[in-house]
Amino acid sequence: MIRFGWLQFRFQAAVALGVLAAAAVALGVTGAHLNYLYDSSGLAACAPHGDCAALTSALLARLRGYGAFGMIYWGGIFALYGVPVVIGTFWGAPLITREIEAGTLRLAWTQGVTRVRWLAVKLGLTGLASMAAAGLLSLMVTWWASRVDPLDPYGMNRLQPAMFGTRGIVPVGYAAFAFVLGVTAGLLIRNTVGAMAATPVILAVVEGAVIAWVRPHLIAPVRAVSPLNLATVQDVGINVGPPASSGLFVDAAPPNPPGGWLYSSQVLSAADRTSLGPEPRACAPGTGRACLNALGRLHLQQAVTYQPASRYWPLQWAELSLFLALALVLAGFCFWWIRRRLPG
Amino acid sequence: MNGGAGVTAVVEASGLGKRYGRRWAVRDCTLAIPAGRVTGLVGPNGAGKSTLLNLAAGLITPTTGTITVLGGRPASGPAQLARVGFVAQDTPVYPRMSVASHLRAGAWLNPRWDGEQARRRIDRLALDPRQRAGSLSGGQRAQLALTLAIAKRPDLLLLDEPVAGLDPLARREFLQGLMESVAEHGTSVVLSSHLITDIERVCDHLVVLAASRIRLAGKVSELLASHQRLSGPRRDPATLPASQEVISESHTGRQTTLLIRTSEPVHDPAWTARPVSLEDLVLAYMSRPDEGAARRPRLGVVS
Repeated sequence: MIRFGWLQFRFQAAVALGVLAAAAVALGVTGAHLNYLYDSSGLAACAPHGDCAALTSALLARLRGYGAFGMIYWGGIFALYGVPVVIGTFWGAPLITREIEAGTLRLAWTQGVTRVRWLAVKLGLTGLASMAAAGLLSLMVTWWASRVDPLDPYGMNRLQPAMFGTRGIVPVGYAAFAFVLGVTAGLLIRNTVGAMAATPVILAVVEGAVIAWVRPHLIAPVRAVSPLNLATVQDVGINVGPPASSGLFVDAAPPNPPGGWLYSSQVLSAADRTSLGPEPRACAPGTGRACLNALGRLHLQQAVTYQPASRYWPLQWAELSLFLALALVLAGFCFWWIRRRLPG
Repeated sequence: MNGGAGVTAVVEASGLGKRYGRRWAVRDCTLAIPAGRVTGLVGPNGAGKSTLLNLAAGLITPTTGTITVLGGRPASGPAQLARVGFVAQDTPVYPRMSVASHLRAGAWLNPRWDGEQARRRIDRLALDPRQRAGSLSGGQRAQLALTLAIAKRPDLLLLDEPVAGLDPLARREFLQGLMESVAEHGTSVVLSSHLITDIERVCDHLVVLAASRIRLAGKVSELLASHQRLSGPRRDPATLPASQEVISESHTGRQTTLLIRTSEPVHDPAWTARPVSLEDLVLAYMSRPDEGAARRPRLGVVS
């Protein structure tokens, strides 16, 4: 059965290999040049509090000068979101519907191989290929961007929601889930075109929901409270909300945890309360020197909730596991379905 | 499965029914199809022939009742699957795979695969092994599907309208190839068709299905011997002896024509008795009112 599965999959596998090879050439050539630029920029040896910032902006300015840099940088992000969509739509959705529509399911399921084994081989072979394809592409893009990602070339580090799923091992989980999702959609919709149309939509909804509502809770964030840096205060006023919260209102720029992912930032009173008390009289005319001095006497604090940079790999594993688990659940459903619901 | 005289049954159904939504495709089906025979399953389109064959192949599961094929539950495991060959309606094959790839896949997927026989058949049919199955003619495609089913060396071969889309020549070649293989290996065959001429050519056992129920089942020679067409002066069929069951009747002003089932010769001199053709017989049973339905109370508006 494995040989038969391969016989049916080899054309798609060849296409995928071709695309990966082209990506490898493009990323390899430009990535080597990128590494050369980085090495010759002197950034590797800069003093952390000295010339690093200047060298970074010099290098980034130079990189942005190349049109190809931005194109490949954004293209890589786009491709890693796109590959699972393509896999789900073109490998997953037609896997069984095409056989239903051509009637060949009745040929396949009356050979000397049970349909459970048939599905196991089909899901296993194409599913592993999906994971391998996405994993290889992610590996290449992650390598390509390994020098520039820490520099946040477009103000996004690799823990930021939009970037996180396009580096490391998470794309493997997306690809596995997208593939089985396509197969499941095909089984339920029983129509290739319909399943191919539904798969990207469901995939986008699930990925979006995970990014917005699940990922922030995969690992409990760090909450750090520190004295408010008065230099970051942006606005002072009176909170005219419900009576309970009326009083002093201070808006301060959130600190930027390097390489981290900021959830929220809040100004607290010296006693860790969200209610900051009455507004100092010095602040009534506006945010002047006297107002800041008055604020300083209040000993305000700033609470920050965030994922530090060190959480990157634990979060990657957690999200990979989540999507692999979802894929397994859907695969289990597919097995249950073909054992009970049959063609006809 | 050695062609014994119908002692063992290759397909046994009891109270078998399959419902799709509110529509019964097959219902109250109890029958035994003997081993070593070529059984024809006839009936109009939509009578339930495909459903019955798909149930026997294990592609679908019954809603009610049971079906046993070669003593086992259909598609219950690799061993059971290996013993049953199936040529599905419209003889599906993989359009993008070559003829040779189909044979290779057949060898991989079937433990009792007879590659020598498959190659011989493909040679004799003058099929190009490198040709894609999608570019074969309807007749060639059907032959490829039959080759796949035969080369797996099944004990039972199920064919669902295999010649429906073929021209008369391809139809004859297909049935000829089928009969040669059956004769060689003693395979039991169940073949469905809505054309009686196909059935007449190859089948020695007959099952008539209409409106999802079985109307008639038996050995062709016995069925022909036990039915007669009577014609004579107009007369009420109720006056016939109890041993003569009227299957169909038609009357003109002066004449009555009956198709009756009887095990005894007809001696009444008023009748001219003639043997029936298989076509007459099948048509008579197919157009007969549904006894099962008639027995059930009906709800409806009397107009």
